[in-house]
Amino acid sequence: MFPDQFLFGVEVMLNGLMAGVLYALVALGFVLIFKASGIFNYAQGVMALFGALTLVGIMDGQVPFAHLINSVFGTDVHHFGWHVPAFLSILLVMVVMVGLAWCVQHFIFRHLVGQEPIILFMATIGLAYFMEGFGDMMWNSEIKKLDIGIPQGGSMWIEEATSFLGGTNFYGFFIDKLEIVASLVAIVLVIVLVAFAQYTKQGRAMRAVADDHQAALSVGISLSFIWVLVWSLAGFVALVAGIMWGAKSGVQFSLSLIALKALPVLMLGGFTSIPGAIVGGLIVGVGEKLFEFLIGAPFLGGATENWFAYMLALVFLVFRPQGLFGEKIIERV
Amino acid sequence: MKRLATVTVAAVMAAAPVMADLVFPSLSYRTGAYAAGGIPFADGYADYMTLLNERDGGIGGVMTRILECETGYNTEKGVECYEATKGEGSLVYQPLSTGITYQLIPKVTADNIPMHTMGYGRTSAANGKVFSNVFNYPANYWNGASLVVNHLLDLNGGDIKGKKVSLVYHNSGYGKEPIRTFEELAKKHGFELTLLAIDHPGQEQKSQWLQIRRERPDYVTMWGWGVMNQVAIQEAINIKFPMENFIGVWWSGSENAVLPAGDGAHGYKAITFHNVGSDFPVFGELAKYVVDAGKAAGAGDQIGTAIYNRGFYAAMLAAEAVKTAQKIHGVADITPAMMRDGMEALEITEAVMTDLGMPNFGPSFKVTCENHGGPGTGAVAQWDATNKKWSLISDFAGSDMSVIQPLIDADSAAYAAENGMEARCN
Repeated sequence: MFPDQFLFGVEVMLNGLMAGVLYALVALGFVLIFKASGIFNYAQGVMALFGALTLVGIMDGQVPFAHLINSVFGTDVHHFGWHVPAFLSILLVMVVMVGLAWCVQHFIFRHLVGQEPIILFMATIGLAYFMEGFGDMMWNSEIKKLDIGIPQGGSMWIEEATSFLGGTNFYGFFIDKLEIVASLVAIVLVIVLVAFAQYTKQGRAMRAVADDHQAALSVGISLSFIWVLVWSLAGFVALVAGIMWGAKSGVQFSLSLIALKALPVLMLGGFTSIPGAIVGGLIVGVGEKLFEFLIGAPFLGGATENWFAYMLALVFLVFRPQGLFGEKIIERV
Repeated sequence: MKRLATVTVAAVMAAAPVMADLVFPSLSYRTGAYAAGGIPFADGYADYMTLLNERDGGIGGVMTRILECETGYNTEKGVECYEATKGEGSLVYQPLSTGITYQLIPKVTADNIPMHTMGYGRTSAANGKVFSNVFNYPANYWNGASLVVNHLLDLNGGDIKGKKVSLVYHNSGYGKEPIRTFEELAKKHGFELTLLAIDHPGQEQKSQWLQIRRERPDYVTMWGWGVMNQVAIQEAINIKFPMENFIGVWWSGSENAVLPAGDGAHGYKAITFHNVGSDFPVFGELAKYVVDAGKAAGAGDQIGTAIYNRGFYAAMLAAEAVKTAQKIHGVADITPAMMRDGMEALEITEAVMTDLGMPNFGPSFKVTCENHGGPGTGAVAQWDATNKKWSLISDFAGSDMSVIQPLIDADSAAYAAENGMEARCN
């Protein structure tokens, strides 16, 4: 048998790993867009919110823009009265996210080609606030329950199978089933993204654009198409993140703030590496949870996780500015 | 052409809003992370005023006007809203944010405009001898803390010595307000208090709930807002913490907090300083004069929900204070200073509440120059996930003023000393 305190530490670490996967899911969307276009997409968190809002709206048969329609036409419509199955709803939302990607490319970034990165970043800030307001107008601000059948709560099997490890105060490891599912989804997502990038024509074109825009253009790759593709993939990743986080808290506007959790992950893992986002997420998740367990809660009054994640990222930045997996920038003059 | 112009002018005049004289600013938040809580409060507040206009022709013959300003639950924007609206003859501010309240206390005092922070804000503002323009009747956070402990005493035959109680709180001015009271009550009753801070916005709380799972407290109480509430309740369900031993303050006791968790939230409790549900005659009047007439601030589907009722109740108390002010000063079109006088002389009795179609909706109380905090009474509500509604499981009862009053006196005295203020009401 192990001392209880040691087992509690292991439990905290395991939960940190799971939380890290959830952070990494958000960070992945940032990486995809930054890698392909050099744009730091401030709107990634809002895209997760918008995806989740649209998913619940479609599943519940909510009438989009109901408040606006009712105000203009004096009607009183709120629901279509049907319920769309989760799988079909997810497919429909993916179509919406592709449409969103096309709009973003066609109406915003097409006009900003060649602009400074800070201009592109400012454009994504504008996009974030526009999408937040648009989402509010389309689906309203109420908190919505998201239930697509993902199990939640501690896994009894893990709890019972590990309870023998400690004394009477140890009840077995607590691992949330939702987070186990999120981890599996993240693994599948990374495999699919990597396979797409390596083995498909579009994926190779995407990598070519990421390496060198001019060279990619010179061999006939359509920048516009690739950017729509990348924003669509980021939209899909945002939808997955929105589903996982929304299942925990209900779908509500604070979901957009999950982007804040992705920033230290990106600083740590690098802005251009998909494995970096995963490893960065895991380091941040484990680091912040263990710090809270060992130092934050006993000595500092708790609530250290937010600032600790950034402090950890800053330490990494000092020693490795490009992040753990980021490409080292060498400029020759 | 001339005829067309005449018709146009007439149409514009007919469509223009009737100018009202009794201005009630509504510092609302219909956008952002906390919108789900801000919207029903703002709707309830506006709907009550619309009801008075439509049914009674205003208050004392003067129409009311809601002046809404979006704060996004952001303190800086709240202060901007105050500055932008105070010149319109705004009678009373209800900022619905403890952060905004703290910033506005010196401003409203200097401008002689009253502010009502019902169930939030600076608790020691209950001392009218120091805070001339701030009112927090009928209950404040410290009453809330005492009401939670009173409920635990009721559950345990009056003895909670040695029991373990964890306070899960929003790591902000709001969340920290009740800590001192809980600490004093822990000393008095001998229970063991653990404090668990949760950072804004509260989307990630795993560490705190793992700690609760390790320490197995007998009870958990919560001072949360926004997404923190939903996540906390879901995490409590995840670790199989008994819901009947989980008690939130009134800001953690809305439908928003429990609905996303589904059936698992059944049995969760929250204290409240006003009644729940829509089974009151006034809501029939509201349906007739406001909702059915298409004049509701929202879709009309929030009536009877916890936070809508709170906004509605706040508006009712404001309207009763206007009536009191009109009586005191003998004029119908009152000024903010007169409104302050009305609030300080406000008396709410059960007969008044019954007349208003709100029997047993809130406590009877009388505001005085010394006491701006009201009776500090409250009840315990419990969530029924099957029928998706709150029900009161206790009567409205008082809080432990023997602990709270010295805290109010000490905190307000410190504020007076800091600001070089003389005591009023002598």
